[in-house]
Amino acid sequence: MNERELLLDIQDLTIHYETEAGRVRAVEHLYLELGYGETLGFVGETGAGKTTTALGIMRLIPSPPGAYKGGKIIFRGEDLLAKSEAEMRSIRGGRIAMIFQDPMTSLNPVMTVDRQIAEMISLHRDVNETEALEQAVRMLEVVGIRPERAKDYPHQFSGGMKQRVVIAIALACDPALLIADEPTTALDVTIQAQVLELMKDLKRQYNTSMIMITHDLGIVAEICDRVAIMYAGRVVEYADTKTLFERHVHPYTEGLFNSIPDLEEDRDELKTIMGLMPDPTNLPTGCSFHPRCPYAVESCSRETPAFVEIEPGHRVACPVRAAAEKNGKERAS
Amino acid sequence: MLKYIFRRVLSLIPVLIGVTFIVFSLLYLTPGDPARMVLGDQATEEAVQQFRVKEGLDDPFIVQFVRYVGKAAFKGDIGRSYVTKRPVSDEILSAFPSTIKLAAFSVIIAICLGIPFGIISAIKQYSLFDSITMFFALVGLSMPVFWLGLLLILLFSVRLGWFPSSGFDTFSAMVLPSVALSAQVIAIVTRMTRSSMLEVIRSDYIRTARAKGQTEGKVIWRHALGNALIPIVTIVGLQFGHLLGGAILTESIFSIPGVGRLMVEAIKMRDYPLVQGGVLYVAVAFSIVNLLVDLLYAFVDPRIKAQYR
Amino acid sequence: MSTQTVQKRRSGIMEVWHRLKKSPMAVVGLILIAVLFIMAIFANVIAPFTYSKQNLMHAFESPSSAYIFGTDEFGRDIFSRIVYGARISLQVGFIAVGISMFIGGFLGAVAGYYGGKIDNTLMRVMDILLSIPSILLAIAIAASLGPGLFNLMIAVGISAIPNYARIVRGSVLSIRGQEFVEAAKAVGSSDLRIIFKHIIPNCLAPIIVQATLGVATAILTAAGLSFIGLGIQPPIPEWGAMLSGGRSYIRDYPYMTLFPGLAIMITILALNFVGDGLRDALDPKLKR
Ligand SMILES: Nc1ncnc2c1ncn2[C@@H]1O[C@H](COP(=O)(O)OP(=O)(O)O)[C@@H](O)[C@H]1O
Ligand SMILES: [Mg+2]
Repeated sequence: MNERELLLDIQDLTIHYETEAGRVRAVEHLYLELGYGETLGFVGETGAGKTTTALGIMRLIPSPPGAYKGGKIIFRGEDLLAKSEAEMRSIRGGRIAMIFQDPMTSLNPVMTVDRQIAEMISLHRDVNETEALEQAVRMLEVVGIRPERAKDYPHQFSGGMKQRVVIAIALACDPALLIADEPTTALDVTIQAQVLELMKDLKRQYNTSMIMITHDLGIVAEICDRVAIMYAGRVVEYADTKTLFERHVHPYTEGLFNSIPDLEEDRDELKTIMGLMPDPTNLPTGCSFHPRCPYAVESCSRETPAFVEIEPGHRVACPVRAAAEKNGKERAS
Repeated sequence: MLKYIFRRVLSLIPVLIGVTFIVFSLLYLTPGDPARMVLGDQATEEAVQQFRVKEGLDDPFIVQFVRYVGKAAFKGDIGRSYVTKRPVSDEILSAFPSTIKLAAFSVIIAICLGIPFGIISAIKQYSLFDSITMFFALVGLSMPVFWLGLLLILLFSVRLGWFPSSGFDTFSAMVLPSVALSAQVIAIVTRMTRSSMLEVIRSDYIRTARAKGQTEGKVIWRHALGNALIPIVTIVGLQFGHLLGGAILTESIFSIPGVGRLMVEAIKMRDYPLVQGGVLYVAVAFSIVNLLVDLLYAFVDPRIKAQYR
Repeated sequence: MSTQTVQKRRSGIMEVWHRLKKSPMAVVGLILIAVLFIMAIFANVIAPFTYSKQNLMHAFESPSSAYIFGTDEFGRDIFSRIVYGARISLQVGFIAVGISMFIGGFLGAVAGYYGGKIDNTLMRVMDILLSIPSILLAIAIAASLGPGLFNLMIAVGISAIPNYARIVRGSVLSIRGQEFVEAAKAVGSSDLRIIFKHIIPNCLAPIIVQATLGVATAILTAAGLSFIGLGIQPPIPEWGAMLSGGRSYIRDYPYMTLFPGLAIMITILALNFVGDGLRDALDPKLKR
């Protein structure tokens, strides 16, 4: 079997928020793998726990209310959850960088953009203030912003330009892993394509691995090597993009594909599958998806489905469909 | 920027006319005959009548008002004290420095204590420090200035003899009044700083700074503070009005020869022009402070600065 | 970050009450306010003496079992005067706030609802009022109206009008364009009906909070005015006036200023406790 070398290997990660309304099980026994140089699409409805997973990798879960309840995040062979805060600081930004969802609020409104980029550079490179600022201007050019604008404040930029600045900050120290949390969701449709194109180019240029969090299967098809589908805190299906598009197995993934509207239509939000996201403080027993699942059988409400490999590199958390798939394949051969 | 300052100064004019209108109307509505008040009980009815004509006291309200505004604007003349017969402006201007000094000291104390306490409280939200600070802030907010002043006199002046109980010339004399007057403002600034800081700490750009690998201390210092201070500037400015009001009570307790004590004496003597003149002057001072705060605001917040470049 | 968690819906008021109960400070505040009301209502039963009964034989008596807070320069029982004083302070506080809330709320609603010129003019007027520090405005009004309980209420009430006008206007502006208001307009509801049925209920939460804190401010302002001789005159047992009277004797008989001041502070503190608690309970988003 082709053992690929893993940059990131998340095992059994669980993160909860303790809120007044109860315990939010934002991430539950989550498994995720990412190889060197790969781009992973991370797809799921709002509230599935995608951002929490991303912040979890960065060790930036706000606490309280958030807390790690178990699992491992193996990054380049070392468990991030075992790292000290000081070690994490050199990893954040230096090794793992993140692009947040909303560029409008992600930049400090009272600091010029070059200084915001330079801050990142000073933290992780051995340079003085002036050099950091020079490099910051170069980063701005890399993302397509003219150097004259370096001394401008965030409010002087449009949303798309702000997101470019955010990207410049993230890539400034050449991270091994870039986590992009719905980088285009908050932007105008026309700008979305430009920013996406930029990210694709830069990813190639910098040879970083990337986790692309998105609702948009179109984006996944365009730039991702692999896809993880998340539902209610768990990854329910994981495969390379081609496999997933051709032979997805999980009923939730199937629902996602069925709900893709026509290409002409705005694809901002997934048209959801029958029923609603469950209350995160009170998840259904067994498989969290069973109340919405057309294939559900009686055992689905009792047994939490295992996350099993049904073919090399293709894992699914649905015993019912996995068995059906296997039978189908055996019959076909 | 200059244009903005100019515009902002111009916008003061209608406010001042409005304030003058209120003050003048109140003066006009006050029962009692001003002519009689000025001339005293011994004056003959004839003399009073003559005075009324000479001063235009029988003219319609609006005529009198326009005359009042004209005199106030061009001569700084807002009438004479019934008691001392001196121009109200002279009386007030000679008392003004003490009041401003008192208010300024109190603001400085409030800033120096309120902002650090508020910041630490926010950073350590739900800690013991936070709870204690917030409790005392609420107590401070509930403490009447005049009572706190009396308590301070009782303890530090009568019992311990550390500070004098009246006057405002020496540094030690300024301590008790400034502390008494600043208590409420310290409380307000602490509470506002805390809530403003809490809001900023949860904002996305703070998360961005953390995601860069910045230390928590620098995240607070470089990113949170600058943003949290913006609303605090406004609050401190608004509190200045509160302080000027509180100064009236404080001055009367500590016998400080400021506008406040002047007004309190005037109230006792029914010297209405002096009372209303005091109100007018304090309102003007407050408006000017607010103007300065607005300009400062534009200076600290690039979003506003850019608008007026 | 989206922190919206699915909340279990209880009916509005019960929900607020439930949350308010969880704040110990708010509960303490509510109890204290209840005690004050009982004092005010049953003053003639609770107070051992009437507030004006002089007894020069017993002037300047320190606190004892007969006079638990001592007596003043006329031999009047300070405890009884404080009990009766609760009547005055609560009356002033609540009625003054009633005045400012009613007028201010109305002006704010009109300004926000109609917008344009009306809004502009009204808000300019409010700006002018706001540029006079409120205690000063109260002093100016009280000085021209003359002393007395009623005049004091009016003076304090008027000085706080802009606060309410601003809050209501802000709320109205934020909900004016919303669907349910548009819908009401579409079915031809009258403006007044829309203001009272839709807009006022929707800005109730900030108004209640402001009013609670406003009662505290009003009591404080009224006491301040009485302290400098503008509000209520002797022998009516207003706490601020009592403080002012006790001032001259502070060196020898400090209890004369101690107890009235304490009464004011506890009242204000209780109202502030409740106000803070209410704000958190009505708008839990602001809390954390
Ligand atoms: N700071 C927080 N406090 C409490 N609950 C939170 C917090 N952040 C996220 N959650 C909850 O955790 C769940 C997962 O949220 P999130 O990770 O943001 O999902 P996604 O990014 O997939 O939309 C949601 O139910 C959300 O309400
Ligand atoms: Mg998200």
